[in-house]
Amino acid sequence: MTRPLLELRALRVHFPVYSGLIRRRLAGTVRAVDGVSLDVAPGETVGLVGESGCGKSTLARAVVRLVPCTGGTVSFEGREISAMREPAFRALRPRLQLIFQDPYASLNPRMTVFDALAEPLRVHGLADGRDVRRRVSDLMELVGLAPRFMRKYPHEFSGGQRQRIAIARALALEPRLVIADEPVSALDVSVQAQILNLIARLREQMGLTLLFIAHDLSVVHYLSHRIAVMYLGRLVELGPASEVFYRPRHPYTRALISAIPVPDPVKEKTRQRVALHDEPASALNPPSGCAFRPRCPWAEPRCAEIVPPLESCGEGHQAACIRLEDI
Amino acid sequence: MPLLDVHELTTHFHTREGVVRAVNGVSFRVEPGETIGIVGESGSGKTVASLSLLGLIPSPPGRIEKGTAVFDGVDLLACGAQTLRSIRGRAISMIFQDPMTALNPFMRIGDQLMEPLRVHEGVSRREARAQAAEMLRLVGIQDGARNLDAWPHEFSGGMRQRVMIAMALITRPHLLIADEPTTALDVTIQAQILELLARLQRELGMAVILITHDLGVVARVCRRLYVMYAGQVMESASTDELFARPQHPYTEALLQSLPSTHVKGEPLHTIPGLPPDLIAPIAGCPFAPRCAKATDRCGRGTPALQEIAPGRATACFRVQDGEL
Amino acid sequence: MSEARGPESSVEPIAVERGASLWRDALVRLRKNHLAAAGLVALFALLVVSLLTPWIAPYGYEDQDLALGAVPPSGAHWFGTDLLGRDLFTRVLYGGRISLLVGFAATGVSLCVGVLYGACAGYLGGRTDALMMRFVDILYSLPFVIFVIILTVYFGRNIVLLFMAIGAVEWLTMARIVRGQVMSLRQKEFIEATTVMGLPRHRVLLWHLIPNTLGPIIVYATLTVPRVMLMEAFLSYLGLGVQAPMSSWGLLINEGVQTMENRPWMLIFPSLALSITLFSLNFLGDGLRDALDVRASKD
Repeated sequence: MTRPLLELRALRVHFPVYSGLIRRRLAGTVRAVDGVSLDVAPGETVGLVGESGCGKSTLARAVVRLVPCTGGTVSFEGREISAMREPAFRALRPRLQLIFQDPYASLNPRMTVFDALAEPLRVHGLADGRDVRRRVSDLMELVGLAPRFMRKYPHEFSGGQRQRIAIARALALEPRLVIADEPVSALDVSVQAQILNLIARLREQMGLTLLFIAHDLSVVHYLSHRIAVMYLGRLVELGPASEVFYRPRHPYTRALISAIPVPDPVKEKTRQRVALHDEPASALNPPSGCAFRPRCPWAEPRCAEIVPPLESCGEGHQAACIRLEDI
Repeated sequence: MPLLDVHELTTHFHTREGVVRAVNGVSFRVEPGETIGIVGESGSGKTVASLSLLGLIPSPPGRIEKGTAVFDGVDLLACGAQTLRSIRGRAISMIFQDPMTALNPFMRIGDQLMEPLRVHEGVSRREARAQAAEMLRLVGIQDGARNLDAWPHEFSGGMRQRVMIAMALITRPHLLIADEPTTALDVTIQAQILELLARLQRELGMAVILITHDLGVVARVCRRLYVMYAGQVMESASTDELFARPQHPYTEALLQSLPSTHVKGEPLHTIPGLPPDLIAPIAGCPFAPRCAKATDRCGRGTPALQEIAPGRATACFRVQDGEL
Repeated sequence: MSEARGPESSVEPIAVERGASLWRDALVRLRKNHLAAAGLVALFALLVVSLLTPWIAPYGYEDQDLALGAVPPSGAHWFGTDLLGRDLFTRVLYGGRISLLVGFAATGVSLCVGVLYGACAGYLGGRTDALMMRFVDILYSLPFVIFVIILTVYFGRNIVLLFMAIGAVEWLTMARIVRGQVMSLRQKEFIEATTVMGLPRHRVLLWHLIPNTLGPIIVYATLTVPRVMLMEAFLSYLGLGVQAPMSSWGLLINEGVQTMENRPWMLIFPSLALSITLFSLNFLGDGLRDALDVRASKD
């Protein structure tokens, strides 16, 4: 078996929280990511799903070292990047790119499309002189933008077009792994479909490995080979996309899937929904044992005592619940 | 008789760059006690249309150019600010998308809840407090009496949206306008809030206009739907009909572009191009430039919304002529 | 940049559409704001007049006519003359040169130092930032007048020193403003994107951070110019600034105040010149603040 392109081992990202205006003291720790292990094989697309605040964006940022890891390791191409110093890591950066959620915030408003795309090419010596212009127009065509718009500024484009620019910028560096952090959640439905198709096409065309992060399970299911479900900083389920989507095992995944509104009134009326109590606990003060316990319809006293590990429950399918047999 | 009958509502914004034709001759009606959905993407004019009804369009630059909106025998667009104010918040209430900003952070939950009662109905403080506690219980916030003294920042997003709903419903309105009430919330919370809205609608017997971009959400709760595009209604039908047999090419394309209706591995259907810029005058059908089924004629005249079968109407020449 | 295509360029010739840059947008909005546009025009006129002063001034600024003494405005002396019989119009023109020079030069100094210093502190953050800002705090706490007096004692009086003294005080506020801006920009996704792309720090600072703080910087600069001019007047009044026979608006106003009751023209004309400049700058500053506000232009 080939070695995974990206390996996360017990990755932890904790943020200290201070309180007090004058005498600042440590009030607690937000366990944004709390021991996540995940492999992404070359050419594979892994979807990472979870609700807001579950730590999925923090995980993405930790992999590209926008936030420091507080524990565990991140390895890329077999090298442990979480322990590297920044100058050493900079050489690897082009191969590991991130697409941001908000195309309105991820582009420098004072830079034309040309400048935004030419900059990474020049800095990393991927093109120079006249070549830059050709590469920029190639990139724009690749993502479906007319090269004649290269002298325009981000504010002259719609949200979908901006996201295309952001994608082109990430691809300019010819990355092997692209992490897409909710790339379509800020877009309208019809535009969302265009961008998803684009990502799918580019993945085939360039042989990209993709870690695709979203809160919308149907979007993730459409694009991914495997799906990982995250709740309060931990993975609760991991498995082949269709397995997770059609035969979810963890109570949280079940609730998540049953909560997606289906655009089909007939199905909607007959659909059985997993009703959840309350709302997610805070990552600052997670409950003991299984973090999902207070909302889980199947919870029992035992759930408060142990943090359930991911256990195999099928071919390449894992879930973190001690009552997998019973439910 | 419909509870609300909107006819040819037209709202334009007169900006320095030109006239933005946000809403162009929109007609819809709401029967007492029913839930209708207005679906559209951003810029379709769905929010502006509902704000126009309540006189909440910033003016200038906004101006209601024409149209009528008869609610309970009163034309909301012509009745004047005084009357409107007494209707708004009493007979018609509204909830907004973002529960984080719609609550005043410097006022206790209870005081914000009691405000409409005290202002509109002159209820005593004691009585208002009792009703507010009752309303919190109704929207599923336990221990209502104690939570009246809580501050907004102590509540999570879902809880705040519940408070917003309680605030909107405390005067027992006949009509609730909910503008993207669940967009800012997570799916599991969204499910809870939609369930809550449906239950309250039954219990209080009010009518609801649900404004959203999410076709899944309207499929769950609405009886009839209006699909808006570029400031116009493209199609209206009962929810079941619309999803089973979409007639307008836009509705059809929109439904097909959803990842959830899709076979994995195949490319998603997309709608090419972009919604029109509402500053430039639109000749013909606004959807024509993106429509796979458009003919020459679609670029010339603007199709009006016409009934093609009982209870369903569409604004497409080709559908009206039976070509599609 | 690569707009000039080489002869054997393999790119098929495409008509590149020029974007409306935010700056051009801002200029359009500024033109629609009549007060600000008027301010811009007035400032421009003042600058042109100052540049051309040696050629358009009817007299030399030192030319005295003791026999004439102070006379009210007339055909020969449009603004009248001062106690030594010097033509006031000429002296206002020359005074304007000094005042505008001090105003813009000192602001320029504070701009350069303040923006770079503040941007570095804000971008580097942490301990470096804390250290740099404590240094600013220390400079802040030095009494300004004493600072200038010490400088003049050591170096004698000259205009360059005046710039330095004023600039040395003004850049502190500028640095604080820029640091605040940069710190909030640092959280933005497009700055995070520069890290992900592995861009070197100096590039991020010069190409991504500073251009996006220019709005508030320009506005603050337009507010700094009049303050510096008033400061120069104050220093000249103390005898620390410009010396006779050279003049500045501050100095002329000072002289005018002393004989205000008998010879009002000596106060009115220099004050008028200063007021027009200050108004223009303030209107322009307000207008620029609105015009550069990207949020307002997004819809």
